[in-house]
Amino acid sequence: MSRPGLRLMQGIGIAIGMLASGGIGALAQSSAPKDPWPELASNIFSGRPLLDGTGLLAIEMPGRAEDAAIVPLTLRATLGLAETRRIVSFTVVIDENPAPVAATFQIGPRAVIPVLSTRVRVNSYTNVHAVAELSDGKLYVVKTYVKASGGCSAPATKADRTNIGEMRFRQFGQMPEAASNTRTAQIMIRHPNNSGLQMDQVTRLYIPPFFVQFLKIWQGDELLLEMEGGISISEDPNIRFTYVAGGSGSLRAEATDTAGHVFSGSWPSSGMESVE
Amino acid sequence: MLASGGGLVELAVLTTKAIGAFLHDWYSKAAGQFGSVVAMIERAAAPVAGVLLACGMMLCGIHFAAHSQPVTEPLSVSEVADGVFMHTGALALMTRVNEGGIANIGFVVGNEAVAVIDTGGSVREGRRLLAAVRARTDKPIRYVISTHAHPDHIFGHAAFENEGAAFVGHRNMPRALAMRGQFYLDAYKRLMGREIMADVKLIPPDQLVDDTLNLELGARTLALKAWQTAHTDNDLTVLDEHSGNLFAGDLVVVQHVPVLDGSILGWLTVMDGIALMQPKRILPGHGPVIENWRAALAEQRRYLERLTRDVRGFISLGAPISAAAQGAGETEKDRWSLFEEYNARNATAAFAELEWE
Repeated sequence: MSRPGLRLMQGIGIAIGMLASGGIGALAQSSAPKDPWPELASNIFSGRPLLDGTGLLAIEMPGRAEDAAIVPLTLRATLGLAETRRIVSFTVVIDENPAPVAATFQIGPRAVIPVLSTRVRVNSYTNVHAVAELSDGKLYVVKTYVKASGGCSAPATKADRTNIGEMRFRQFGQMPEAASNTRTAQIMIRHPNNSGLQMDQVTRLYIPPFFVQFLKIWQGDELLLEMEGGISISEDPNIRFTYVAGGSGSLRAEATDTAGHVFSGSWPSSGMESVE
Repeated sequence: MLASGGGLVELAVLTTKAIGAFLHDWYSKAAGQFGSVVAMIERAAAPVAGVLLACGMMLCGIHFAAHSQPVTEPLSVSEVADGVFMHTGALALMTRVNEGGIANIGFVVGNEAVAVIDTGGSVREGRRLLAAVRARTDKPIRYVISTHAHPDHIFGHAAFENEGAAFVGHRNMPRALAMRGQFYLDAYKRLMGREIMADVKLIPPDQLVDDTLNLELGARTLALKAWQTAHTDNDLTVLDEHSGNLFAGDLVVVQHVPVLDGSILGWLTVMDGIALMQPKRILPGHGPVIENWRAALAEQRRYLERLTRDVRGFISLGAPISAAAQGAGETEKDRWSLFEEYNARNATAAFAELEWE
């Protein structure tokens, strides 16, 4: 299994372990709920120190989610102009979710992604941590708090849903403040992203997990970003990202789900705003 | 539907019940099995009498149910047409105090049998609906019909499980229960409390409606229609052909803001279909029974069309989903109950739907 994949499975395993030990712990004491973050952080990042990321990155989410199954999340790289390092990856951890590691985003070696947005499921009131790994190997963390519940067990999936795997692309106008040549684009994939955590009350069987696991996006031949996502990503995964445009290469995406289906698309990168 | 507590009122209710329970035990020992309330008052110690009188009706109820089981007070229903009965729920979120009683639920009495349409937000409410049926007829309940699988309409089903009735629902209802059922049970254990939720059971339909289905009650036909995804993905309407009254479920609501849990565009299409039925009267899933259904449909259409227009605007501007949650539908704010509780969620759901256009 790939390293990111290991991390994801680790995350789920940790969560299950914590649920189990938390249950036993609860019998022994009637105390305030334990903060899961120190243990999560230590396990997910193999004990590496997490430095304060204020000033280097930011995470934005609503304080109170309107729909716990579709909670917007934005990551911003706020590195100063003097900063020589670059961000190599982002990891998003939704502390109280059954599978806390929501996604990891690997940034392509020659890509610059100042802004990244997606939508996640939030299962209960929780801290959400974003950890950026910089090119010198150091880890930086920021966090925010979200009030929501039920996101993982009550997804929006309706019956009669068709066209699983359909990919849509959208390009937005140039960012006005960009001195460099940045563009904003969005890729959406039609997919139920079933968590595997819902139980059919009648049969007592779990509806199997079925979700988009990998999404890679290239500009021409250059990798822009690779997302590894889990069940905390909302139905119809939606990634909106700002990137430095290079050359005339078209944007290309490839997504793989847990059943091994591969979906792909490619779109010319035009000089004007285009809406698919 | 989400809930909020009603702290002080709750406390008062609990206190009254506690006093009642204490007095019940006291009097079981003092007065024996049966006896009039007045006789018991005469035997009471003077200091207790005042409390007893204050508890009045509560004590009466507890006394006659010798085994500490409260008499089920029948749900108040109005006969909106000959043999068609409807209870109007509270315009509120489901709480412990209202026992989840926020939806309109009712029944139709034919020559041979009865059909119940939706059972309420708790088994308590379901039992009270059953009592309301039995207060008027002893004909068998042949059908328990669910207009859709939301907690406020189906949590009372267990009250009817020993009536020999067939449970009827949209072809997508079993799937909806499978996907959401456990979540609803868990959520409402927190929101309404374990006591009310203790006997709530999810009972999937044994008779499914694919498109249309006629049910016979004895010289009285109910025409059921399963709709495309609209309010939810499992909406059914029930037309009583005799009176022309249409139980619309939450496909049509009055005063209560429409709640989007399906497809906004589908819902607008379904509303056209409902209008074509030209019913004599529409019985909404929430809100008062109204005579002028065309006006009610127009109101609801205005809200859904406004939301659609606003959300499409945000999408074409390239705004993120959170902007739509804050801004879409705002002009409708003062026209609907529970707007603050639901509109932003409606906008979020509409955005996730419409961005695929």
